Amino acid sequence: MTTPNTSFRRTALTLAALTCAGIGHLASAATIGIMAPLSGPIAVVGQDQVDGFMLAVEQLGGKLGGQAATVLKEDDQLKPEIGGQIVRKFIDKDKVDAIVGLSFSNVMMASLPRIAESGTVAIATNAGPSPVAGAGCKANVFSTAWQNDGAAEAMGKFAQDRGVKKVYLMAPNYQAGKDMLSGFKRYFKGQIVEEVYTQVNQPDYSAELAQLQAAKPDAAFVFYPGGMGVNFIKQMAQAGLMTKVPLYSVFTVDGTTLPALRDAAVGSISGAMWDAALDTPESKKFVAAFEAKYKRTPSEYAATAYDAANLLNIALGKVKPGDSKALAAAVRAAGDELKSVRGPFAFNNNNMPVQNYYAFETVKDGGRITGKLLATPLTKHVDAYHTQCAQK
Amino acid sequence: MKLLLSRPSVWVPLLVLLLLASVPLVAQATGETFYIAFFARIIIYAIAACALNIALGYGGLVSFGHSLFLGLGSYAVGLAAFHGIGSGWVHLLVCLVACGLVGLVTGAISLRTSGIAFIMITLAFAQMGYFLFVSLKAYGGDDGQSIAMGSRFGPFDLSSATNVYIAAFVVLVLSLWWLARLRVAPFGMVIRGARQNLRRVNAAGIPARRYQLLAYVISGMLCGVAGLLLANLNAFASPSTLAWSVSGELIVIVVIGGLGSVFGPLLGALVFLGLEEALKGVTEHWMVIFGPLIVLVALLGKRGIVGLLEHFDARAPVNASTTVPIAEHAAIDATSTARKTT
Amino acid sequence: MSSTLVLAQLLNGLQYGVLLFLLAAGLTLVFGIMSFVNLAHGSLYMMGAYFAATAFQYTGSFGLAVTAAMGGALLLGLVLELAVVARLYRRDHLDHVLATFGLVLFFNELVRIVWGSQPVFLQVPDFLSGAIDMGGFSYPSYRFAIILVGLAVAVGSWMLINKTRVGMLIRAGAVNPAMVAALGVNIRLLNAMLFAVGAMLAGLAGAMAGPILSVQSGMGESVLITTLVVIVIGGIGSVTGAFYAALIVGIVDTMGRVFLPLILRQMTERSFADAAGPALASMLVYLLMAVVLAWRPQGLFPANR
Repeated sequence: MTTPNTSFRRTALTLAALTCAGIGHLASAATIGIMAPLSGPIAVVGQDQVDGFMLAVEQLGGKLGGQAATVLKEDDQLKPEIGGQIVRKFIDKDKVDAIVGLSFSNVMMASLPRIAESGTVAIATNAGPSPVAGAGCKANVFSTAWQNDGAAEAMGKFAQDRGVKKVYLMAPNYQAGKDMLSGFKRYFKGQIVEEVYTQVNQPDYSAELAQLQAAKPDAAFVFYPGGMGVNFIKQMAQAGLMTKVPLYSVFTVDGTTLPALRDAAVGSISGAMWDAALDTPESKKFVAAFEAKYKRTPSEYAATAYDAANLLNIALGKVKPGDSKALAAAVRAAGDELKSVRGPFAFNNNNMPVQNYYAFETVKDGGRITGKLLATPLTKHVDAYHTQCAQK
Repeated sequence: MKLLLSRPSVWVPLLVLLLLASVPLVAQATGETFYIAFFARIIIYAIAACALNIALGYGGLVSFGHSLFLGLGSYAVGLAAFHGIGSGWVHLLVCLVACGLVGLVTGAISLRTSGIAFIMITLAFAQMGYFLFVSLKAYGGDDGQSIAMGSRFGPFDLSSATNVYIAAFVVLVLSLWWLARLRVAPFGMVIRGARQNLRRVNAAGIPARRYQLLAYVISGMLCGVAGLLLANLNAFASPSTLAWSVSGELIVIVVIGGLGSVFGPLLGALVFLGLEEALKGVTEHWMVIFGPLIVLVALLGKRGIVGLLEHFDARAPVNASTTVPIAEHAAIDATSTARKTT
Repeated sequence: MSSTLVLAQLLNGLQYGVLLFLLAAGLTLVFGIMSFVNLAHGSLYMMGAYFAATAFQYTGSFGLAVTAAMGGALLLGLVLELAVVARLYRRDHLDHVLATFGLVLFFNELVRIVWGSQPVFLQVPDFLSGAIDMGGFSYPSYRFAIILVGLAVAVGSWMLINKTRVGMLIRAGAVNPAMVAALGVNIRLLNAMLFAVGAMLAGLAGAMAGPILSVQSGMGESVLITTLVVIVIGGIGSVTGAFYAALIVGIVDTMGRVFLPLILRQMTERSFADAAGPALASMLVYLLMAVVLAWRPQGLFPANR
């Protein structure tokens, strides 16, 4: 039973403690803030990002750029409002050197004004929205993931090259969903039978799948990240459609969803800049280390975060702490030095990655569900928006 | 002054207000500017809770849909800014008109029911609002709407956290003062009486339902103003503001503070959001502690923090003067007055 | 727009409705008899799905998984009733809303702590993993199974309530709990049993839904709100009402989502229809509820009082 005095005292103490904690952080060598969705249906993606980043930090002996690294993790719950608050906290209270993660496109866009205003280096590891790739590009905002349209463009080209004539498109109704489908359409010249946008986090696709079946397309192209992907593929397999309609997808069948999908996903083709099946020395080392530490196969979200950590390691080694402009320039230059797990990597003028996009097929290999590299539809691909960016 | 000091339920909240007033100065001085935005958010939620208190605390109308008005206020700014209108007066006008109309229509329909059906239907209206804004692709849809310019009220611009703080603080103080007056004004008495016994109020010749509807509309409009401030603070309007969990949180805030009291919403918002932030620092699984805490609050009764403070108020002398102090339980007087007329 | 497509969508609507009924049946009884608003019902559904997934992981048997879900949910319901719910019967709805809201937050975080944030794997049993061919259209057999299970539960609960002594006590308790207690019936035990059975049905729904939907934290939220809409439309306290309302809501929601954008496209230009269609479809169920409440506040098939 608290008296009025103690309840007030408690509030004051919490305030004081928080203030002290804030001041305490100023003394640390390199402070990085990771913002990712760690709760809700999309939490798997956020968790992979944090784990990928921390693996790299651990491999570097807890240091980035030779300085002891303090990593703060915050859960944005996929809510733009909370993302904005977290970014404010990172910049104003914790005084981080860099913000990593930035969650999904919608959360990232909400936090952008504060990031741009402060000049703090921000590295997105899960998005590359078209506004940021084009006219809204910023010198301190980077993406080690992709420009949103990239993987979809690769699938569009792949389908086009394979001679597919009629495609049925589906995605959730938000910016990234629209970006994916427009990316596909940019390279696919055949007929779009239908373009369906479903509710974000919709659990049941039986109605839409019935429509898909009735339309009898040559193939379907979908974008359903996280829990949405698990639902969609499971239901598509149960309706017997996986054998009837070839499925092309991006971010739907990947390391985060395969454990829940298993056999249901076999036969589908996905486009990504990385998959655990990629056969490069850096990738193999990364996958082995990740599996040893976390007992699961990494997804491309873990790979992007891993690369971001290594990128920061290179950049932070070259600048003095506290100079965000110099850090931004160093990060840009570090892009060329980075030995990314995905193969070739560099930053374009809009700070979006210039990289390969691969097509993987999900196969059953002696009891294990894994990916098989089919082709590389786009090599050292440059996104469609970079000309709108005024930077060099 | 002695009277004031002997009543913690009055001086504690006033002290809190005084401390809140000093936050911008202290924060600027120590360089911890993060706290301006942090406490601004608390104040804005306190305003929204004040609004809900009118409907829920005074009127007994369990509205599970107040996030609708919060969202409408946010989008009033968002949509206007999208079309290049930066004048705060226009934002405010759009906000009040929209919330007033929506409150009138939804309130009229909802008040045809009572009990659980009322809770459900207010929830349904908030959900409808949520889906409506999610589907408006032109205004960002699920991604939300960035707000390029803050509301401008003449030379005063709501584009910085400090300015939003000042505006929100002023609105809060005005709301609290007004709530205190409303509580013992005839209008307040009617809706508080209607909460306790609707039939009796009707029997006294007062059309209680109309008063309840008006209370609901006023509550919605004030909540909309909180939404307007929130949009300016975040420089963002998002459909997630209309989620039903936000309505739930507002209810929790009002109840923690003290249902139907004047300062309850302020103390509730402070405790709720402060505790949330404090717990977040302790563990990432803070919800597993927070959830049961809310359950405890429900189990322990609705007097809330204010009720707790009132427990320590010095008892007023038996032959009290005729002027009724604001924090006095006027409900007792209302019942005794009613008893005299039957 | 072929007739087989319409038939397939009707079946989808039916299946969704039946799932809603499994949830609504328990909720409406708890509501009607104990007058208790239980927002945590969605969490019981979620726990059922998790229990089923865990049991399936260890045994590989779907039957055992469903049993585990029902048993686990039953126990959980009993524990909740004794610890929290029973203390709140005399309070008003606001306290119920508050307490169960807190429980929802708690359970969502609990499953994240115990099972992690990744969706958990629960598979459709092999003998149901095929599809049934209906004139050129393949419909998943598993969904047929859900429909059958739901109908069986509906018939079973009708028989329980109308043809047994316990059912008579339940119906009497809905009308006058004090009188039933005065007649020497242990109303506390009856209430606890009722709540537990409601929880069990929610667990069953979770186990059935697990294979087709993602088993993850927060899966109960969306379905909870629709369930609340169902019991309000059907009439609080009435299982028959819950049945018909669940079917109506399931079919209206599914058909609306599919056909409303198509209808709108005929009437207005395409871009408007594509934007307004999904919005109106999502709002349809709530509009339906608002209309029903405005016209018949006691619901379409109210329990006789």
